[in-house]
Amino acid sequence: MKHALPQEHTSKPTGKAAFFDIDGTLISTNVVHAYGYYAMNEGSLPGILKRTLTTVAQIPLFGALNLVDRKIFNEYFYRQYEGLTEDRLLTLTEDLFEDVVKPAIFSKAKDLIDEARRAGCRIVLVTGALDFTMRPLARHLGADDLIANRMQFVGGIATGKVIPPIIEGANKANVIREYCETHHISLMKSFAYTDSASDYAMLTVVGRPTAVNPDIRLRALARSYNWPILDVR
Amino acid sequence: MRPLKTLKKLYDEESHIVITEKGSPPRVMFYGEDFWVEDLPVGTRVIFPRPPLEGVPNVKAAIRYALNHPEGMDPLHALLKPGMKVTIAVDDISLPLPPMKTPDVRQTVCEIVLELLADSGVDDVHIIIANALHRRMTDAEMKRMMGEKIYDAFAPDRYYNHDAEDPEGITELERTSSNEVVAINRRAAESDLVIYVNINLVPMDGGHKSVGTGLTNYESLRAHHNPQTIRDSPSYMEPKKSQLHSSVDRIGRVIDKTIKVFHIETTINNRMFEEPVGFLMKKEEDFSEFDRLKLQGMKYALSKMPRPMKRKMFFNIYAPYEVTGVFAGSTEPTHEKTLEMSWKQYSVPVQGQSDIVIFGMPYVSPYNVNSILNPLLVQVMALGYLFNLNRGVPLVKKGGVIIITHPCYDEFDPDHHAPYIEFFNRCLTETRDAHVLSHKYEREFAKNPSYVHLYRKGNSYHGAHPFYMWYWGENGRQHVGKVIAAGAENNHVPAIMGWDRADTLSEAIEDARGFMGRSASISFVKIPPIFQVDVRL
Repeated sequence: MKHALPQEHTSKPTGKAAFFDIDGTLISTNVVHAYGYYAMNEGSLPGILKRTLTTVAQIPLFGALNLVDRKIFNEYFYRQYEGLTEDRLLTLTEDLFEDVVKPAIFSKAKDLIDEARRAGCRIVLVTGALDFTMRPLARHLGADDLIANRMQFVGGIATGKVIPPIIEGANKANVIREYCETHHISLMKSFAYTDSASDYAMLTVVGRPTAVNPDIRLRALARSYNWPILDVR
Repeated sequence: MRPLKTLKKLYDEESHIVITEKGSPPRVMFYGEDFWVEDLPVGTRVIFPRPPLEGVPNVKAAIRYALNHPEGMDPLHALLKPGMKVTIAVDDISLPLPPMKTPDVRQTVCEIVLELLADSGVDDVHIIIANALHRRMTDAEMKRMMGEKIYDAFAPDRYYNHDAEDPEGITELERTSSNEVVAINRRAAESDLVIYVNINLVPMDGGHKSVGTGLTNYESLRAHHNPQTIRDSPSYMEPKKSQLHSSVDRIGRVIDKTIKVFHIETTINNRMFEEPVGFLMKKEEDFSEFDRLKLQGMKYALSKMPRPMKRKMFFNIYAPYEVTGVFAGSTEPTHEKTLEMSWKQYSVPVQGQSDIVIFGMPYVSPYNVNSILNPLLVQVMALGYLFNLNRGVPLVKKGGVIIITHPCYDEFDPDHHAPYIEFFNRCLTETRDAHVLSHKYEREFAKNPSYVHLYRKGNSYHGAHPFYMWYWGENGRQHVGKVIAAGAENNHVPAIMGWDRADTLSEAIEDARGFMGRSASISFVKIPPIFQVDVRL
């Protein structure tokens, strides 16, 4: 005897979404800028000095790790948050947005998001940055959802570990796929926007990929696959 | 080698038709960014354009006369009041082709109009390029079209491109009697007076089409830019017999009812080339030895250049057009005068149709100025424009063959023609049926935020534009039995288009004769300069 499939499996997904990477795509800053801001506003003078100097000293290492493997970079980089208090971070988030993130939004980024919204897309920001850091930006841009990395806190203190799965590379494609299933959204009708070839998986999982302010590798890929190339700077 | 004297056979110098005889000179034809020099079969009818009409002796005086003696309206100065809001709309870079030498006649008209506005105390003036869903003109192109003085005084805040996707920038008027959406640029709609400055190259342009399509949006264009309206328009060049123009006229009349529009239409002659490429304006029978030398020299130089350099070179050749008429006033009576003048220059009477028609395909179309004539634009030139340059009776017989000479390279400009790339590779490989394409994909492309963004913030044609290019060729596709791309450098581009290919023109003619019969009649249309055939049956 045949069993009827649950309703969600039988009807075709009809909605569409636009998934936006953030760093380099919508804003010119990145995760290091955000941490730098937290480090410089840590609260105590020795703490500020220690964290700021450590961060500056490690910039070449961050750069190298980012080039080699984004996953290793994320795991290593987020260790810097260890010991920071949750309430301090949350307090600084709004200031970080006003002082650092908001001025770094690319001039035409909001237009692109508005155009996607007018096209009937849910606006979803997908980023390797930390969720509390990007929440004000998501609110400012009118995003419907934010998919971002989550810092683990124990007793209100950051452990420096990100709650898995880390949102980067292939995992961005996985979370987008899951998001579409949950929200009854068609992957084929959806759009993805990113600036980096490291987000290749995110671009290929949707039906309408677009390169935004692409790096050299992504520009070459976009040319090969006839993806549109935008410049929102 | 044939002696030169045999190339100067006797022929009727006044006639636009030359029948190819044994010993007739080989014909020069465009092959994209190159030239072919080809012997045509004996008996081939070669159709030439009319010689350029003489331009008006004083363009500024002609403009001032038109402004002071308009058709169906008061003179422009009588319409002006201090403090009023005026919008000047101008045709975009798609006209004329090739772009004209500076000063562009739009600049000359605007300089005079702006002076008049200033003298009348009108300070609230915007100049809008009526580009509809065409690409935005670049700053350099805008400066070239209007001159440095106007550009510096007005750009970017008061001299800019129309934005059909600006949600705040479009306003909807009442619908037409056929329920067509009438949408118009908000600034123009809220102006006390709109002055439209047009360049008329062919009868398809101007009239109600100027404001009704140039300053509107996708929703309004859908009323007539669709496969069925195109099929119901046997000739785009004869407005009275065209459903396309009927729809445009209905929309235009609603606009005229709501907004005061003062049209300034200009006609130009067909002097598209001058030295050192002046030989392109001549019949081959009239070529001097020096002309032949220049042609061979140019062919040699082109053979050594990469394609982008050839394009650069051709787009630096500006046309020395002369203004043949300036007409002003209300839409319809002004346009009547314009059409009359336009036919004087472009109409070439021809007796009877042909089984096979050969078009030399140039490097430029209205949609690739400073860019690439991509496969879709080759199609629109062949089946949209050149096929339709007639008054209801095409030059090629029903079921006949069109031969075009073009490499049909698979090249697209990602900055200007981004949606074309997807249309060509994704949609056209699925179906060539314009109705299916329209229903299945047009809206998706038109609303694609990436394409909307490229149109609004970059210099790309709108997402719906590649569809219009395909619809434009609809009548040609329905009419002809076969299209052969002579010299196509690949198989897949002609195949996607549904065409045959041949390596050479001779091979293409042989194929066409195989299709139409050995006694098939052949016409070669010697363009550019462009012209329209008035076929008498």
